[in-house]
Amino acid sequence: MSAIEVSGLKKKYGSLQAVDGISFSVKKGEVFSLLGPNGAGKTTTIEILEGLRDKDEGTASVLGLDPWKSGYDLHKQIGVIPQGFKFLDYPTPKEAVNYYATLFGTKVDADQMLKRVILDEAKNIWFQNLSGGQKQKLGMALSLVNDPQVVFLDEPTTGLDPQARRAVWEVIRKLKAEGRTVMLTTHYLEEAEVLADRVAIMNHGKIVAMGTTDEIESKYGSGQRMVVKAKDDLLRYLKENTKLEVDGDGSTVTVFLRDKNDAMVALGAIEESGAGWDDLTVRKDRLEDVFLRLVGETGDEEAGAR
Amino acid sequence: MAFSLGRMLAELKIYARGNVRSREGFFFTLVFPIILILLFGAIFSGGSSGPSTVYVQNLDGGQVSTAFVSALNSTTAVVLRPAPAGVNFSQYLSSHSSTDGIVIPQGFTTDFLSNHAVNVTVYGNPASTTSAVVFGITSEIVNSFNLHGSTGVIGVSQKTAVSSSYKYIDFLVPGLIGFAALTSPMFAITNLSSTYRRDKVFKLLSLTPLTKTEWLMSKIIWYIGTTTLSFILMSLVGIYVFGAHITLNWGIGVFLVLGPFFFVSLGMLVGTISNTPESAAVVGNLVTFPMMFLSGTFFPVQSMPMYLQAIAHVLPLYYVIDGLTQVMIYGNFGAAYFDMGLVLAISLVTFALAVKFFRWRED
Repeated sequence: MSAIEVSGLKKKYGSLQAVDGISFSVKKGEVFSLLGPNGAGKTTTIEILEGLRDKDEGTASVLGLDPWKSGYDLHKQIGVIPQGFKFLDYPTPKEAVNYYATLFGTKVDADQMLKRVILDEAKNIWFQNLSGGQKQKLGMALSLVNDPQVVFLDEPTTGLDPQARRAVWEVIRKLKAEGRTVMLTTHYLEEAEVLADRVAIMNHGKIVAMGTTDEIESKYGSGQRMVVKAKDDLLRYLKENTKLEVDGDGSTVTVFLRDKNDAMVALGAIEESGAGWDDLTVRKDRLEDVFLRLVGETGDEEAGAR
Repeated sequence: MAFSLGRMLAELKIYARGNVRSREGFFFTLVFPIILILLFGAIFSGGSSGPSTVYVQNLDGGQVSTAFVSALNSTTAVVLRPAPAGVNFSQYLSSHSSTDGIVIPQGFTTDFLSNHAVNVTVYGNPASTTSAVVFGITSEIVNSFNLHGSTGVIGVSQKTAVSSSYKYIDFLVPGLIGFAALTSPMFAITNLSSTYRRDKVFKLLSLTPLTKTEWLMSKIIWYIGTTTLSFILMSLVGIYVFGAHITLNWGIGVFLVLGPFFFVSLGMLVGTISNTPESAAVVGNLVTFPMMFLSGTFFPVQSMPMYLQAIAHVLPLYYVIDGLTQVMIYGNFGAAYFDMGLVLAISLVTFALAVKFFRWRED
């Protein structure tokens, strides 16, 4: 049985169709990531699955339960970090874990729990004085107090510095190693690449691509590309003097390679152009490239976020 | 979703801890009540606040009594108002909302001139500072007359103008306890309900087994505690600084429970209709301020114009303060039972409405 099953799910706010008929399922023990720009419908989807919002149409089940109707029972079996996790100002992480343990009626070794999310060094600091990364890690700890089978993480690393982000990733890896199902929303593509078994890319309430990152890259990617640091004079030269498919942003020029011959032509033309250039690389399309192609480079505000 | 005492106590503990650790919590729980009673006690409990009005009933009308009244009049500390000879002086003072007066007996001039002892009676409230001033001035003038006369024949006797020696502070204490029961929970809970929603703390709590009833009950218990603490602090300051008379009885306890019970529920209800902390503050103030000033907190409702009295009678705080006044000052439990019943009824209704309309999930 899948941990999460979603079929034809729809949710509307006024005239805005936030979620528009999406379907997917998440296997037990899988890390599944919903990717998409802000406003794509990720948070609405995850909140419906957490039982925080009611759906308009379709079906959703988590661990075989309807999240809205059976929310009270479901919440005992899932862990959640809402987007932008905030807590009360004054409890310390240790007090917060003990508080949650009492609410859930479970016995938890708070010190051990905080060690597990790499927060034991800050266990006696008031929440309001914790750093952003430490706050997120406390959110992780609280979401694990009830020993959940499914953990929902809604943009758990947004706004964190790279070090804190990697610390949170470490915790997510541990969750996977423990066999928990993790549903992760993020607009950091690298995060999904590193952590997720499968990803679904959402845009305007719909899923526009789904699969492993390799599957998505090969299905929606354009193959190889040559990227070179150069100004627009090289871009103009290539456009005027070759039949290559090229693009540029003022500081880099990208040549989309259909075959090996394109690579040879491109190298020759770059050399002949007389334009200044540096750092030439050839690589395969990455998830980011596919993502930008699928959700558009300019139409969606977070499309370029990493 | 059965009620769990353990969960409610866990919520109470974490909220209490936050209040104890925050400077605002410390200020509003411990310092603010003391400032309030000191401030209002000092403003309204007399002191040197200009000349006192003193009613004089001159039953004599002779030359010595006229000179005596002139001498009193020549001091700037009192303003004399004549009282008619034929009236009951105590009732006259009472009908003029005063406790200070002097009665010069019939035959005063004759007795004085013939060296017979004669007494001037000074009415006053022994607990009032103005009465002490009136008595002091009268005694001064009596001394002066006695010195000028051949022998000291005038004496001064005192009478209490009211049956019990209540002071303004005695009426202020119940008012301020009502004030504490109103403001602390109302401001805190309206603010809390909107900031928790903004910061998604309610969403977070909705993902735990904690119920709305348990959450709200924990706040009620906390504010019963803080209101009781305010009561103790204000009573101690009232007694030791201003000489207030406070009779302890179980009736006070009833209102110390019912007041916060009602205002926490009301605060939550108000909080449910405001989406931002800013609008919650505005709505909270709209509800709180009229109650604060029109329910007899600082001024007796009876001294207000009739239309304001009519408004006061629909404000719940009026019944809390009236009830407290009945049990603390008059020991009139008959009247207090009505207030208790009424406040209990509206508290239960408001609590039920708050639990019903306060949502921590969204549709």
